[in-house]
Amino acid sequence: MSEAPAAVAGADSRPAQSRKILAVTSGKGGVGKTFVSANLAAALARAGRKVLVLDADLGLANLDVVLNLFPKITLHDVFTGKSSLNDAILPAPGGFSVLLAGSGMVEYSRMTAEVRDQFQKVIDEVTPKFDHVLLDTGAGISDVVLYTVSLAGEVLVVATPEPTSLTDAYATIKVLATTQGRRKMGVLVNQTRKPGEGRQVRQQLQNVVDRYVNPQLDSPVRLDLIGEVPVDPAVRDAVLRRQLVLEWLPGTPASLGIVAAAGKLIQN
Amino acid sequence: MQLLGAAGRAAPAGDPGSSAYLQGLVDALVELSSRDALTGLANRRAFELALEREIDRVARSGEPALLLMLDIDHFKRVNDSFGHNAGDSVIKAVATALLDSVRPMDLVARVGGEEFAIVLPNCASAFGETVAERVRRRVAHMPVVIGPGQEIAVSVSIGGAFAPQWVRSTPALWVERADQQLYRAKRQGRNLVQLEPTQVSVVSNEEKQLLFDSFQPSDHD
Repeated sequence: MSEAPAAVAGADSRPAQSRKILAVTSGKGGVGKTFVSANLAAALARAGRKVLVLDADLGLANLDVVLNLFPKITLHDVFTGKSSLNDAILPAPGGFSVLLAGSGMVEYSRMTAEVRDQFQKVIDEVTPKFDHVLLDTGAGISDVVLYTVSLAGEVLVVATPEPTSLTDAYATIKVLATTQGRRKMGVLVNQTRKPGEGRQVRQQLQNVVDRYVNPQLDSPVRLDLIGEVPVDPAVRDAVLRRQLVLEWLPGTPASLGIVAAAGKLIQN
Repeated sequence: MQLLGAAGRAAPAGDPGSSAYLQGLVDALVELSSRDALTGLANRRAFELALEREIDRVARSGEPALLLMLDIDHFKRVNDSFGHNAGDSVIKAVATALLDSVRPMDLVARVGGEEFAIVLPNCASAFGETVAERVRRRVAHMPVVIGPGQEIAVSVSIGGAFAPQWVRSTPALWVERADQQLYRAKRQGRNLVQLEPTQVSVVSNEEKQLLFDSFQPSDHD
């Protein structure tokens, strides 16, 4: 922790570097969080950005599966001092870099002080080297997820237009607003079935936030629609072949949705 | 020195001018500047420092910590009907009751006229309600002598919130969350404890209803 910028004065003084860090989270599993992280990273890379995706789902990471990588060196080896951080950063198919957790990370599914220090150290070291660092967090609102999200300057909540996903996305937004003081969060709606459904879902979430969360806060939470990715057979095809849809089937509706979302992220 | 004398503190030991004397003087002044004059409790400044320290600790150790905000119920009425001396007696009596109902490691502060705060490090969420209730009951069962043969009963409303574990929050946010609960306790009739619900079920049925209210499954069109 010695090289970490000391946050002494205002406890909320998130370092300027943290604005580059985007936590991709969802509340509910199975909504395409890792799919979104990987393909967004590829789209950002294609726009000329240096991007790192960090597998922050320490317990149940599967970024390696999505990217069809079989890494010899993982975050686990960095944490245990077996290899250097630089050796663990691998090139991924989409032209970006990845830092994979590895299955040995299951033992870190509880955040001990030691793991947090290690994690913070890794973040502090990699962030200056990239334009964007995407944290692919775990599902749910566990202490691990809340901790990893707290390291990021920006948050992207991935949801699908289904009641369970909406509920969990709303719960995540509410907890992040009340416990981390988040006032601006991005929403990406995956698996939309008609154009404009992303806007509708964002509005729906905003309505409930306005009614139940914002009256209790000093300043209101604002949700920002980062993009919508339509249901697209190309996604299933790409996932089964363990390819990025952006690489395998560019120009399909899902790929275009991802590219538009990346554009919005760069704009922000 | 006059300042210390006025506060009823002894002069520091050692020869005036010696470094031990000066250190003693500095220590005494620092101590004085962190205390509330009427009650001897930590003052607002000391409270804010303690909150910052506690947030640091929680972020590092992950130990749960509870913040209670307390307010004497109908304090204005006491002042108006019995005078300011009675008001001061009430504040002093409440301060003593608060100190008596928590652990030595807890910080009790007077943060406003009739407002108090207690920072409880390493307080498990399962015990939060019990601790706060104990404090509330202690005050409610304590008669305050405000003059010869004159006793009144007072009560406090208490709101509380736990620091989010592992997460570096801000003192302002933590106080805001506990204050929120204090308002709830006041609104619901006073002489009550309200703690922020822990996040087991964060979404109420009303919230769910509104979430799905105008939500139309898209495959219906």
